[in-house]
Amino acid sequence: MFNIERWQEIFEAIRKNKLRTFLTGLSVASGIFILVILLAIGQGMSNGVEKEFEKDATNRISVWTNVTSVEYKGLNPGRFIEMDNRDYEMAVNKNSDKLEFKSGVYSRWGQLTTYKKENGSYRVEGVRGDYQFLENATLVAGRFINQSDLNTIEKVAIIGNQVYLDLFRDKIALGEYVDIAGIKFKVVGIYSDPGGEREETRIFIPLTTAQRVYNAGDKLRSLAFTLEKQDNYEDALAASEAFSAELEADLKAKHTIAPTDERAVNVNNTLENTKKFYDLNNMIRWFFWGVGICTIIAGVVGVSNIMLIIVKERTKEIGIRKAIGAQPWSIIGMILHESIFVTAIAGFVGLIFSLFLLQIVGPFIETDYIRNPSVDFSVAITTVIILVVAGAIAGFFPAYRAANIKPIDALRDE
Amino acid sequence: MGKNSLHVLKGINFSVSEGEMVSIMGSSGSGKSTLLNILGILDEADEGTYTLDGTLIKDLNEKVAARYRNKFLGFIFQSFNLINYKSALDNVAMPLYYQGVKRNIRTEKAMHYLEKVGLADWASHLPSELSGGQKQRVAIARALASDPKVLLADEPTGALDSKTSYEVMELIQGINDEGKTILIVTHEDDIAHMTKRIVNLKDGIIIDDSKVNQVRAKTEAYV
Repeated sequence: MFNIERWQEIFEAIRKNKLRTFLTGLSVASGIFILVILLAIGQGMSNGVEKEFEKDATNRISVWTNVTSVEYKGLNPGRFIEMDNRDYEMAVNKNSDKLEFKSGVYSRWGQLTTYKKENGSYRVEGVRGDYQFLENATLVAGRFINQSDLNTIEKVAIIGNQVYLDLFRDKIALGEYVDIAGIKFKVVGIYSDPGGEREETRIFIPLTTAQRVYNAGDKLRSLAFTLEKQDNYEDALAASEAFSAELEADLKAKHTIAPTDERAVNVNNTLENTKKFYDLNNMIRWFFWGVGICTIIAGVVGVSNIMLIIVKERTKEIGIRKAIGAQPWSIIGMILHESIFVTAIAGFVGLIFSLFLLQIVGPFIETDYIRNPSVDFSVAITTVIILVVAGAIAGFFPAYRAANIKPIDALRDE
Repeated sequence: MGKNSLHVLKGINFSVSEGEMVSIMGSSGSGKSTLLNILGILDEADEGTYTLDGTLIKDLNEKVAARYRNKFLGFIFQSFNLINYKSALDNVAMPLYYQGVKRNIRTEKAMHYLEKVGLADWASHLPSELSGGQKQRVAIARALASDPKVLLADEPTGALDSKTSYEVMELIQGINDEGKTILIVTHEDDIAHMTKRIVNLKDGIIIDDSKVNQVRAKTEAYV
């Protein structure tokens, strides 16, 4: 390996066969280059998704009901389950030390709302004061619903920013009265929501008022909770899952629903969704690894191919060398030595190029889905080594065969 | 190479002593190239024995065969068989590289043989920059470089015009005069008569083996 004469032979062969060397090098270098860029983009996407999700991450748990799908204790499937204030109170009383924010919700879709000559159709939600935080809503003007509104069944409304723009067109809204389904409500607040327009075309009114206005008694359409913050994600997820499961079981027991019924009571756990996001993230990462490994395989096949062609092209030269006294192992050694040298150099060139590109371009990539693409250096080095070793193994067999054919056959090869 | 074996040589019995210059003649398919390949340890006979310089050549592995080729034999081919990306000097130095000779001694010796064939000025040229006759002279220099016992030439003038052929033959005769044993395969009568003995092959059998009066290949005689 450290024979200076051998090195001189190889350098001469490389210098005199520039195209061959260039093509081998190009295939290896581009393989490594693509792999590194691919892994970096995968990492960047993973970073991006993480960032995107963290912005909205809440630990909200929502409960809503539907018709039963399973017959239970002599009751037919297809019963519509409705929750009421007692369900809410049960959940709150049982978990008073765990809950951070809590609200029952009574909502109606498509309520015609009129202010002077302007009108629109909006969703009206009767809620408690905590609901502002459950929705992650920010007040633009005025105030949100308070306990006194609930106690005295005030006809007050907090309108979404989009509702405000539709009905008031930048005029002063606070203190004005809007007509919702034929009843006058006083606008006391305007809110905005990170969820955008869809989330801002709603009107919040006190829960008690909603139940009274819509003649709903003490019925509730849904429940919303958040749990007290935990120190870490794992604990939060565990607590949240435990709470969700317990709440679901309690509600099913209370309303005589089969424990196996998946339709009647829905408990949606945002933290669980977070977990799904992390899983998705992992999937992305695995996908890019899969593609990367396929790229390596393609690179190895490419190098093997080139090695086959090189050996084929050099068959006659091998015959000449053998005729003038070269021994088989010196032929194999010469071919492998050259190929390892070329692939190693080319591999590092590809590596350096791709890392350089990432270093230059990486910081400028700040889209929603790709953020700070980067790659683990040791992984990149490992792939270069794999490619070089695989190239050497792939080159060995044709070299071995060529070294063992009779010189006379090699010389006849044209 | 195929499944059907074909017996090319069917009982050849002859010996060449040191310093001889023998030509092997015959029409194509007579087995002359096969004989030369066996003599050159490039190919192996199915039956019979071959003794080279007192050494029995039989069932050699590639490693030993390579060493014997390097030590005993020098080859000259019809199509020259130079390595096309190496200069004339490096081509001549190749057998010495496989003998493990150091680079500077190698270059010195190779230069000496290039001078001998009259191509010292062309040492740094690639084979593609040389004429056919020059290429063959480089090949002769390469064959001589390892100082072999025997030179084996397979149609050395086959790819050359007659003037160049005679120049090459003159060189080969000169080498023989210095005492080297030389075997030449040819199908050209005039070339064969420039050797000292002609072996005639037909269908794998020696039909004639006689000494002849050597014709000196003086180029000017044919101008």
